[in-house]
Amino acid sequence: MNTMTAVNTESSISIRDLTLNFGAVQVLKRMDLEVAPGEFIVLLGPSGCGKSTLLNCIAGLLDITDGQIWIKGKNVTWAEPSERGIGMVFQSYALYPQMTVRGNMSFGLKNQKMPQAEIDARVARAAEILQIQPLLDRKPGALSGGQRQRVAIGRALVRDVDVFLFDEPLSNLDAKLRSELRVEIKRLHNKLNNTMVYVTHDQIEALTLADRIAVMRGGVIQQLDEPQTIYNRPANLFVAGFIGSPSMNFIHGAVKGGKFYAEGIVVDLAGYEGGALIDRPKAILGLRPEHLTVTNTAVAGKTIAATVEIDENLGADSLLWLKAGDNQISVRIPVEDRLNAGTSVHLEVDMSKASIFDAETEARV
Amino acid sequence: MADATANTPAVGIGPGPRGAKPRNAFAPRNIMLYGTLIIVAIYYALPLYVMIVTSLKGMPEIRMGNIFAPPLEVTFEPWVKAWSTACTGINCDGLSRGFWNSVWILVPSVVVSITIASVTGYALANWKFKGSEFFFAVLLIGAFIPYQVMLYPIVLVLKNLGDGISFFTVALGLGKVQVYGTLWGLVIVHTIFGMPILTLLFRNYFASLPEELFKAGRVDGAGFWGIFFRIMLPMSLPIFVVAMILQVTGIWNDFLFGVIYTKPEIYPMTVQLNNIVNSVQGIKEYNVNMAATLLTGLVPLIVYFVSGKLFVRGIAAGAVKG
Repeated sequence: MNTMTAVNTESSISIRDLTLNFGAVQVLKRMDLEVAPGEFIVLLGPSGCGKSTLLNCIAGLLDITDGQIWIKGKNVTWAEPSERGIGMVFQSYALYPQMTVRGNMSFGLKNQKMPQAEIDARVARAAEILQIQPLLDRKPGALSGGQRQRVAIGRALVRDVDVFLFDEPLSNLDAKLRSELRVEIKRLHNKLNNTMVYVTHDQIEALTLADRIAVMRGGVIQQLDEPQTIYNRPANLFVAGFIGSPSMNFIHGAVKGGKFYAEGIVVDLAGYEGGALIDRPKAILGLRPEHLTVTNTAVAGKTIAATVEIDENLGADSLLWLKAGDNQISVRIPVEDRLNAGTSVHLEVDMSKASIFDAETEARV
Repeated sequence: MADATANTPAVGIGPGPRGAKPRNAFAPRNIMLYGTLIIVAIYYALPLYVMIVTSLKGMPEIRMGNIFAPPLEVTFEPWVKAWSTACTGINCDGLSRGFWNSVWILVPSVVVSITIASVTGYALANWKFKGSEFFFAVLLIGAFIPYQVMLYPIVLVLKNLGDGISFFTVALGLGKVQVYGTLWGLVIVHTIFGMPILTLLFRNYFASLPEELFKAGRVDGAGFWGIFFRIMLPMSLPIFVVAMILQVTGIWNDFLFGVIYTKPEIYPMTVQLNNIVNSVQGIKEYNVNMAATLLTGLVPLIVYFVSGKLFVRGIAAGAVKG
């Protein structure tokens, strides 16, 4: 758990002890989160984990039950959404259907009673950045999904704010457009250097976009860290299982005298990068499919004996599903090394990239 | 496409049936379906037919007794008489007086009730406040109380309302004000009684619009009225048409409130129609009565024809979510 107790006045967004109840249900539980200026934070988690709710709280669209929200050194806990200095992009684009693209982008500025010349200048600049100049006089109904989302980003852009909030902005797009716009959002962030908070359930988006990822479950941040750390050193079993496709292999067993024991498996834990390996009667060894290598020679304490069940060709590489005792294990291998079902092999473990979890607390050891 | 055709095997079409399956127009299913529809259509159309032909006949022809026969000699005199010279008691200026009374009742009632209900529905759908669901439930219960129960209490309310307002107007030297027995009193009654169903209609419609639009409006700094007028209203034409049709037909066809809360000089058209049809002075002029009835029904009819398509769309849209 990454709780930053020190209140950082330099933060772009600072969430302090935030609690939100819907009736008797506690949706967000005493949450703390500090976002540095210019940082790209991704809130990642399964449906119902509270990630969109948290974003709505930051935006001021939901009244919180307790705690504080600071944006750019100002306490905005009770401020209206428009007074918080944020721009927001929604999953369904939420473009005003009766207004043109230009009207959509200038609506917020007109509400601020900004001079027309300034509005025109800002809309023109945003349209140039997003390359939507030819669309300015069209209605949203005449745009494709990707164009609509660009306009929605433009509507946030013209507000010239320091904080951008994205609520699953790419979920309504098809796979190809999604990867295109993902790159574009990354480019936009590099160019503008705004603080961005981005909600998604797509781990690829999270891993590619984020400076830091906050993995959430049940209204609590499970781990807040850089993508590489989240991937390689998940803080607990939930994070380990949620990130990565196919999922990390979990082998249930015990730790005793620096070795991991499971049915038919003994692995020497030397080289494990983590805490002290005290004996645990119930532990879980986590191995990512790409951190296992297939060999023909057994080395005591280093390899796991397994039998090939299925070989899935994924194009770029191949996924091997094996059986080791009771455990099903998946291994990513080069396509040219494909193996037939029934072949007995040995899997070499890269202990420096393995994770060990306490089966009781589910936390990483 | 060129690739696809190139890839099809050059086998041609095999033996056996090809293309659309033939349908038998006189299948038992079709006979049942269309037979029922035709019978029902006749059932509804026949009275209208009788009314129209009768209204175009002279009295001598009506006395011949064949109500289904088309008019031998078409005359529009009954229509003219119904509109401008038919007598109710001592007034002999026909339905025209009632028509204009109805218009003066209808326009403010429709405008005021729809205005209030749309804002209330919008607030209940989007600006949930503590107790908003309870408030909505109370409003709905109001729709189920038979309004006969409230007839007399409302007489008292209107009378006291008039007295209350008079207290101030007299003090200001503007004279006494009456609400009961006036056109405005009736407008108030129609507005109140339209409230439950209209609010329900608008609330459900606004609740069916994407919530993110409302959120986007708030982030863009639009307030309660800004979001209502600039974002919600332009998307709400169908539901306004539905509300308008409901209110126009409901208020135009109202008889009971018209009799109770107004006076003979400002009776709405329906009351006037009743008085013309039921006044017994000499012979019963069926042709004039028919013409008067058709004239009275004309306004809702026109409203339906003009806005029927939008009506259906709006009803469907309002029903999506609730």
